[in-house]
Amino acid sequence: MTARAAEDRPPEAPALPAPAGTRARALGRLLVPVLLFAAFAALPAAADALGQTFLVSFATRVMILALAAMSLDLILGYGGLVSFGHAAFLGIGAYAVGIAAEEGLTEGLAVFPLAIAAAALFALATGAVSLRTRGVYFIMITLAFGQMAFFTAISLSAYGGDDGLTIWGRTEFLGGTPLEDDRAFYFVVLGCLAACYLLARAIVASRFGRVLQAARQSPGRVAALGLDPFAYQLAAYAIAGGFAGLAGALLANHTEFVSPAYMSWHRSGELIVMVILGGMGSFHGAILGAIVYLGLEEALSHLTEHWRLLFGPFLVLVVLHARGGLLSLLPVRPRDG
Amino acid sequence: MAEALLRLERLEKSYGALRVTDAVTLDVRPGEIHALIGPNGAGKTTLIGEIAGQVRPDAGRILFAGEDVTRLPVHARARRGLARSFQITNVLPDFTALENVALAAQARAGSSFRFFRPAARDEALNGRAAEALAGVGLAARGGIRADALSHGERRALELAIALVQEPKLLLLDEPMAGTGREESTALTRMLQRLRGSRAILLVEHDMEAVFALADRISVLVYGRVVATGSPAEIRADPVVREAYLGEGE
Repeated sequence: MTARAAEDRPPEAPALPAPAGTRARALGRLLVPVLLFAAFAALPAAADALGQTFLVSFATRVMILALAAMSLDLILGYGGLVSFGHAAFLGIGAYAVGIAAEEGLTEGLAVFPLAIAAAALFALATGAVSLRTRGVYFIMITLAFGQMAFFTAISLSAYGGDDGLTIWGRTEFLGGTPLEDDRAFYFVVLGCLAACYLLARAIVASRFGRVLQAARQSPGRVAALGLDPFAYQLAAYAIAGGFAGLAGALLANHTEFVSPAYMSWHRSGELIVMVILGGMGSFHGAILGAIVYLGLEEALSHLTEHWRLLFGPFLVLVVLHARGGLLSLLPVRPRDG
Repeated sequence: MAEALLRLERLEKSYGALRVTDAVTLDVRPGEIHALIGPNGAGKTTLIGEIAGQVRPDAGRILFAGEDVTRLPVHARARRGLARSFQITNVLPDFTALENVALAAQARAGSSFRFFRPAARDEALNGRAAEALAGVGLAARGGIRADALSHGERRALELAIALVQEPKLLLLDEPMAGTGREESTALTRMLQRLRGSRAILLVEHDMEAVFALADRISVLVYGRVVATGSPAEIRADPVVREAYLGEGE
């Protein structure tokens, strides 16, 4: 848990032997997310000043995938569940927007809840099966469900099939089209990311979040306390699905296009890499991971089309030398003290 | 004679040709400390697993507080008032000692599908947890992560977790295992204080502790209960003496 502060402990429990670093770390836990969000808030103005307006669109994409990575971190980092089908939730959220638009439904107050509910329900149904397995079998079964969603999207010939589906206008709100303005859309995405970040942090610090984290450490201990680990993991899985569904709805609006590729297992793998890169078990770590992953992809792909040849060794170095992800290189470590 | 709190009726379990639980009938009465002893490989841990719900018996019944719980999963039995400690310490390593016990208090309090209020600032849970930690001599260690505690402290932490669940029956699977002389004496005194307040089924190799604590003792050999009786009866029992001959205990 990242939000654990020294003052939460009862008075009779003395602080750890070295309290000097504790305050710096508590400060850092606050500082990193504040700096991240401040940077996002300031980015459009900075992009204007630098004349690099494409940055706004790029950063929009980063924030959307950061939201998806964050939702994966809820079950991967906090729940200890290596889900390899997370892209399916993202894709379902995106397709909800695309299919609704195709059918003439463009009102955001209906479309966004629909996208979130569709992804959460898919997560609930597939999670109810997947969570009966453990370890490598869980990875395989979530991958299988993800691929099922992928092939279903390909076979949806009424909605573009293999070619994907173009959306002829961003989601409306009460008849208006506030999202059509890229700048406004940017801040809507930023608002969603910030709100989900705060919500996710509240969830992991709650009673529910404690059970989820305990089930990661020892399902047997949780059961011995009278709590069924399965129920808590399933609820977390569905919540993560809902968050990812929101990210998918935003992604569809951003690209004004949905495609089966959103659900491919490559995308699921990318999300896992973002979470591990940034630091599992920290939501701002997931955001940082998305920034670094997509930033490197952007920068390196300008150098060479074989950018993965450069990205691979970088990833190996991070995993070898910064076990807790990039966050562990900062003076703030996830799940620390 | 009070009615049994826990009653095992002709419980059977085999792994292939090996009978690890062989027609075990045993009862634990309310408030008694019932010790289960036996040489290594007698099937004590399997029996504890069957009572807790991890191991499904092949045949027989388990009655807890008058209810047949033979087919209930672990968490459902725990909800009905069955708490346990593990032979191999099973605490949550990333949580502090206080958080470990607070989670147990939370489970006891019922509602864990609460998503928004921070659990760390729940004073009712923290208060109960701090009290339980103080009861096992860990008052000053609440803020330490469980994986930084000594082995003996983790054993004590397990006990605090089990006690905060306020169980009707406490299953203790070798609570003294791996602890030093002083720690096991302290643990014995702690269990001594619990006498009468709740039933305890104690699996233990430390015979000094067993004979100091137990109201009744059952002896398990090759999956069979060969004797049940008071400490004095067990001490005098020729079958038991033979079973333990050469074990040096």
